[in-house]
Amino acid sequence: MKTITKQQYGRQVQAASPDSPVVKDCLLAFLFGGFICTVGQVLCRMYQNLGLELPDARMAVSVSLILISASLTALGWYDNIAKHAGAGTLVPITGFANSMVSPAMEFKSEGFIIGLGAKMFAVSGPVLVFGITASVVYGLIVFLFGL
Amino acid sequence: MKRIGRGTVEFTAPPTVLGAGAVGGKKEGQGPLSAYFDQTFDDVSLGYTSWEKAEAQLQNEAVAVALDKAGCTADGVDMIFAGDLLNQCISSTFGLLEYEIPFLGQYGACSTMAQTLLMAAMAVDAGAAQRAVAVTSSHFCSAERQFRTPLEYGAQRTPTAQWTATAAGAVVLGTGGKIRVRRGLVGRIRELGIKDPSNMGAAMAPAAAQSILQFLEDTGSRPEDFDRIFTGDLGLVGTRLLYDLTEDNGVDLRPVHNDCGLMLYDREEQDVHAGGSGCGCSASVLCGHIFTQMEQKVLRNVLFCATGALMSTTSQQQGEPIPGICHVVQLTVE
Repeated sequence: MKTITKQQYGRQVQAASPDSPVVKDCLLAFLFGGFICTVGQVLCRMYQNLGLELPDARMAVSVSLILISASLTALGWYDNIAKHAGAGTLVPITGFANSMVSPAMEFKSEGFIIGLGAKMFAVSGPVLVFGITASVVYGLIVFLFGL
Repeated sequence: MKRIGRGTVEFTAPPTVLGAGAVGGKKEGQGPLSAYFDQTFDDVSLGYTSWEKAEAQLQNEAVAVALDKAGCTADGVDMIFAGDLLNQCISSTFGLLEYEIPFLGQYGACSTMAQTLLMAAMAVDAGAAQRAVAVTSSHFCSAERQFRTPLEYGAQRTPTAQWTATAAGAVVLGTGGKIRVRRGLVGRIRELGIKDPSNMGAAMAPAAAQSILQFLEDTGSRPEDFDRIFTGDLGLVGTRLLYDLTEDNGVDLRPVHNDCGLMLYDREEQDVHAGGSGCGCSASVLCGHIFTQMEQKVLRNVLFCATGALMSTTSQQQGEPIPGICHVVQLTVE
């Protein structure tokens, strides 16, 4: 067989591999993500009408969206929606809830401690680590410079 | 058994197929090859509490069918060569435990069916075993949780991604059967810098091209000499690349080639993107479709070239590229 360089092969691979449908993916992400945000806004108004102050109403919206997302994951529907929605379901708080519930379900076969307990953060762990680190750094800046 | 050329082994008293079993899951049972499966399971848990146990049972069932067709019991088998995708090949060890057949575990990723078949053929030809079994399996759910993300995690698959088959295939080799294992080629590891685990076809195509070209050169044959050359599982992207690579060397495989990953599912209808993959894909296509067609003499001279991507989650996370392998087995029927 003739020798072929990695660069040459890389070009052949690129030509042979179908591209992801970026425009369609973006449009669906926009529509699904927008829909989730609209649901959040509707819930927020609803909670306000029920007598909650705006900060409390917003907190209740987060809790509601997490509950809905976790329930859809448990029913096995979330991944079927996310398959089409992509970043539309990944970016909002719903994605975070799904990233915790799905490993919890998956790894319960290894027991509650080393399975569910340890693996629950397998997907969302990095988000927590770097999210918390970033907030500490931000807090230090605010503290030192009194911004 | 003798060596011909640079890498081919020719069997002097070709071992033959005494019986074969192909079992699959629900999706495989809905695919174009559904009629060739001995058994399919609509409940892919097979009634077990873990996917690993379900996969082990698939392998157990495939061996049971193969032994039944061969008309022998586990006691009559001298050696079993088995492997799968899971860490330390637990589907094989747990699935085959009850048979108490002398066991040699194998790892060849998705090339395992060709690897175990070659090992079994060499054992029978060398007289180390009168009857030997080759078996492998894969399960979509156990593979996903080991190699990718949890099943219910909302991720998107790329168009180049392949779908791990929930299936198993087993072959009993010995003397007196119709289908012969005539020659084989043990593949060399090839790596051309592919790092995308969602494009395994691209990672394995160079190994497939190299092994097939080597086999043709060693045996002085051309693609047209075979009724079919089956690769497994290059999928859509890997198949295109295999054609590119062999064409660059003046060999056109198109007229006689088919890929197990493209045969097992209806790619568009069953939403499997670039096609099927996993040890069970080429194993079940071989033990179901290919052997049946050979028994009916629709196919008489076939090359079975199973391909494997030899990476692990660790090598992947450490940014290493994906090495590929392809073993070739020539099967004939008089």
